[in-house]
Amino acid sequence: MLDQTERSDLPLVEVEDLHVRFFDGDETVWAVNGVSFELMPGQVLCIIGESGSGKSVTMRALMRLLPSQRSVISGRIRVGQFDIMALDERQMSELRGSTVSMVFQEPMTALDPVYTLGRQIGETLMRHEGCSRRAARKRALELLQLVKVPSPERRLDSYPHELSGGLRQRALIAMALSCRPRLVLADEPTTALDASVQIQILLLLRKLQRELGMGLIFVTHDLGVAAQIADQIAVMYAGRIVELGKAADVLLHPRHPYTMGLLASIARDPLREHDIEAIPGSPPDLRVIAQGCSFAPRCKFARAACTAAIPSLRRVAGDHVAACLLIEDLPHEGAPAAVLASLA
Amino acid sequence: MVPEPVPRVAAPPPTAADDPRDRGGRAQPLLIVENLRKHFPIHGGVLGRKNASIKAVDDVSFAVLKGETMGVVGESGCGKSTLARILMGLVPQDQGAIVFDGELVGGERGLSLRELRRNMQIVFQDNDSSLNPRLPVVDSIAYGPRVHGMGRAEARTLARDLLRRVGLDPALFAFRYPHELSGGQKQRVNVARALALNPRLVILDEAVSALDKSIEAQVLNLLRQLKQTLNLTYVFISHDLNVVRCVSDRMLVMYLGQVVELGPTDEIYREPKHPYTQALLESRLAVDPRQRVEAAPLAGDPPNPVDPPSGCRFRTRCPFAEEVCAEKRPALGEASSHVAHIVACHMADPQSGHSRTAPSPQRAAAALVG
Repeated sequence: MLDQTERSDLPLVEVEDLHVRFFDGDETVWAVNGVSFELMPGQVLCIIGESGSGKSVTMRALMRLLPSQRSVISGRIRVGQFDIMALDERQMSELRGSTVSMVFQEPMTALDPVYTLGRQIGETLMRHEGCSRRAARKRALELLQLVKVPSPERRLDSYPHELSGGLRQRALIAMALSCRPRLVLADEPTTALDASVQIQILLLLRKLQRELGMGLIFVTHDLGVAAQIADQIAVMYAGRIVELGKAADVLLHPRHPYTMGLLASIARDPLREHDIEAIPGSPPDLRVIAQGCSFAPRCKFARAACTAAIPSLRRVAGDHVAACLLIEDLPHEGAPAAVLASLA
Repeated sequence: MVPEPVPRVAAPPPTAADDPRDRGGRAQPLLIVENLRKHFPIHGGVLGRKNASIKAVDDVSFAVLKGETMGVVGESGCGKSTLARILMGLVPQDQGAIVFDGELVGGERGLSLRELRRNMQIVFQDNDSSLNPRLPVVDSIAYGPRVHGMGRAEARTLARDLLRRVGLDPALFAFRYPHELSGGQKQRVNVARALALNPRLVILDEAVSALDKSIEAQVLNLLRQLKQTLNLTYVFISHDLNVVRCVSDRMLVMYLGQVVELGPTDEIYREPKHPYTQALLESRLAVDPRQRVEAAPLAGDPPNPVDPPSGCRFRTRCPFAEEVCAEKRPALGEASSHVAHIVACHMADPQSGHSRTAPSPQRAAAALVG
């Protein structure tokens, strides 16, 4: 068994200068380019970004769930007292599902269609805690009650196809929580759900995370979802964190032009006569290494200096950081905050 | 607080009826759907007998005025995509009539499917699978006009012109294949293809749902510009209530195959009458960590459309459900005009016997007099 002792004043997760490259034939895709962050125990970090920003890859790297033949991970990753990069495969599979567990986006493909829920939840327990089949079933029932599945006794013997999307996601959360993990990684767990069900799952995750004191890293592209659950928010663009800080700071007082653009491009007011403030262009091709700020080609504030060197994260206020050369010169507390106020 | 939206004039813009293709006149809705029904049979057993049916669209009626955007919202399984497919003639309806600009669709003397599709086109959500991977995009766009008898060179010229209209430089993009384009670019090509036959009505079935937010905003802007310059009418199907609010003049809300509320968008957002619409609107998440939702507006998932609840289909999740809701299906109120705000709920009908019915003005006046 792995040693489970922990100090609560140390960060639960420390990632330092994480790089991930993928190889596809002759081509190299620079998916994650120097990501660093920390997560304190019992905190929720949301990683926000659009498709291809490297948010999911970053999270999979924490569990070393990337194809080893076609990818290279470098940097330092520490979870609890484990140095993820130094563990061998056997230790990694010990860690996955016990200390760290994961909730995926698509509950239909993440569940095995030929086993009942009771078997699938119980399997994790039997594997990691070595309990008997009977004890695993009893604990699976408790877990289904914990995630508020109606008539849990009956659901233990249900197959995934017999459940609705919301119930499947609850079952998946039950499975992730089965070995009392200290860190849960959730990759867009509510994206495939309807709005009225999405809220239920978010509230459930938030409640369980608080009650069980777990750390949670939550990947999403939806700023509204992040606002509901995050303590900290990291905004990713082209494989880098461009802004990081407390949820309220990042969402209400964004300082990076990309974050500002994302907030402005949310369709919210009747627009029959005027355009939404869209970010022009599309994200960069990650097969090419950028020499300067990756967002500069789409940025309305960009200057010559922006394309010369990659901006590093600089402190804006307190623990709020942004990677932009022009932080001091940009309008802030301005338009996006005013727009948000009008939403209230 | 939100400033009160200025009530908009719901009358169609003057351009729509000035269209030379117009037949029915300005006041004639471009599309009328009456009592549309589609039940998909489920076969089972050794003999393949029909043993149940999915009630995907069950008695749906509405009208789309010329030049407006009609939003259609609802959760998965509510029948909104089946509705789109029926309108396009991709699946036949079991019952009900479709009237396009005053002409009945189908039947011996009605508008043929071919003529209908010249006037009505669709953009699907999955921008990848809806383009032929073996055709350069210019030929995908030219395909429709070719089928309708246009020459090869002329169709290609038209396609290049359309690419320019949707914001893609034909010199760069015309001979690219779909796999060489990003999601947003593919969706622009799909829009161009839908416009190739110069349609009057375009159905957008979750057309921006798969796109990233920054790209979604670009495509929404494009759709608005095209609508103005090309004199289009849209049926905009989406599950995203923020986007629907943004683009549509009127909207209808579907639940398990039925319309539960229909009316001008601003009015529905200001004063939703159906408990389901209210819950949907409350399910929108504010981008402000200070305004967190503390209780879910609805419990559970939508029920299975194979065996919908009796009476009002929403009653199993409705906080105000009473006996009458199980016994009687609430009718969508009679529309006094095409633009009225109507709702299918017993609470809105003073005669229903529901304890929470709003007293009608007449009854309230009578009580005062008495």
